[in-house]
Amino acid sequence: MNSPNMLEVLEPGLLTTVQDAGRRGWARYGIPPSGSLDPVAFAAANVLVGNPPDAATLEITLVGPRVRVQQECLIAVCGATFEVWAGTLPVPLWHAVYVRAGRIITFGARRNGARAYLAVSGGIALPPFLGSQATYLPGGFGGLEGRALRAGDRLPLGETAVRDLLARAGRVWPENRRPPYTSQPTLRVVLGPQDDYFTAEGLATFLNSTYRLTGDADRMGARLQGPPVARRGPTGIVSDGVVWGSIQVPPDGQPIVMLADHQTTGGYPKIATVIRADLPLLAQLVPGDRVRFAAVSLTEAQMSSLNLPVTGL
Amino acid sequence: MVLPITYLYPRILAVGEAAFTVEFGDAVDALLNRQVHALDTALRERAVPGLIETVPTYRSLLVMYDPQVSNAEAIRDALTEVLNALPSVGVPEGRLVEIPVRYGGAWGPDLADVAAHCGMSAQAVIELHVQPEYTVAMLGFAPGFAYLLGLPEKLATPRLPTPRLRVPPGSVGIAGAQTGVYALATPGGWRIIGRTDLTLFNPGREMPFTLQAGDRVRFVPL
Repeated sequence: MNSPNMLEVLEPGLLTTVQDAGRRGWARYGIPPSGSLDPVAFAAANVLVGNPPDAATLEITLVGPRVRVQQECLIAVCGATFEVWAGTLPVPLWHAVYVRAGRIITFGARRNGARAYLAVSGGIALPPFLGSQATYLPGGFGGLEGRALRAGDRLPLGETAVRDLLARAGRVWPENRRPPYTSQPTLRVVLGPQDDYFTAEGLATFLNSTYRLTGDADRMGARLQGPPVARRGPTGIVSDGVVWGSIQVPPDGQPIVMLADHQTTGGYPKIATVIRADLPLLAQLVPGDRVRFAAVSLTEAQMSSLNLPVTGL
Repeated sequence: MVLPITYLYPRILAVGEAAFTVEFGDAVDALLNRQVHALDTALRERAVPGLIETVPTYRSLLVMYDPQVSNAEAIRDALTEVLNALPSVGVPEGRLVEIPVRYGGAWGPDLADVAAHCGMSAQAVIELHVQPEYTVAMLGFAPGFAYLLGLPEKLATPRLPTPRLRVPPGSVGIAGAQTGVYALATPGGWRIIGRTDLTLFNPGREMPFTLQAGDRVRFVPL
């Protein structure tokens, strides 16, 4: 009998957390979904190694980790472009790669994007909290002790359903099913629910300007800087529900796009909501990147959702 | 400033392609909040295909759905149907939760400031604060943070000019015309007048939260 497989963290990188498809059903208690910020790269990595698309992975932010796998396995790295090695062999991104027992997986230089997902066959198998392994740092729960990973952490892996790891190795996630990442994306939005709090001029500013991602970007929200969006209503609303993708405009007129760790309610008017198909583009922005917004109809947003390469986003 | 438009309520507004918000009005108001809980209860009783979860707030209900299972039109239709049937749906009375509170001192560092702002003694603030039966209008801001409806107007006090970096769990605070309870230690700008020992968030329990939206609350002074 083999002992259960483990993933051992040798160096944690800048901010590496355990993330899955998120925690649903607890927003009414003030708990956000959390989970992988780039749901497409996350699910692709899982599918490549033969996991269910919502299995727990490592979300790697800007500077990657060094980890060791105890037993042979398949890995896949999807999302931001990093140099990755298994031992001394380069690991191509968006590929299922066979890794021998005891090999060290090293993340090197990052070229594009902010977040990569490392899926390992079997998936990370920590005890779930409220139905999910997703780490929620502000609440201190989920993942491993509710925190970012540290050197010396050991993560248990589940049992893989893949019978022949070698036979599955080499699979590639097709390029046309990867999100069209760019450092200057145009994010599609559905206007509202409080677009009536802004002047026609303010709406035009919002839709025709370029906004830069500021430095204080975390998993809660992407703060943007650019021409202030002019309001006509009061500076605040009676607090109401917020979703991942909601764009709040505080009194200074600088939009904040809410991400997976968002507060569940908020008192700033929300000018628009980023459509789900464009959430991966949002997740991969690094400080200084420039975004624009384009309004689409609800029907158009819905069509893009249906065409997402991965279900269960 | 007031919005130049008067709306006919309830309004169903798109929040992207995976959620709607149903607004019953534009105020912090007990009657509006009851309508929110009535819709929430009715929707939860009726299994709407594709509906994922709902978030009740002061004057609106956020309804999240899976656009790969349902679509905006079907969800809007279901919402309209449930809304039309609402007047005949009674709101079940929420559970009554008693919260024992130590007011003032280290437990309620802002009690004196609230008293000074309201022009009454600290004792009078306590007596007034424990008088009403409150309703949990919503949970939000942070896990388990309970916004309560029913604060006597005389106790309205503005937030702290600078939020504290850490408010201990169980703290009872006032911000403007609202009162609320912190379930977790978080940063916060509410004026803290007391604290309870009652565990409001216990991750080890199957239902980790003591309070839920719609509950009735009484503060009992210790």
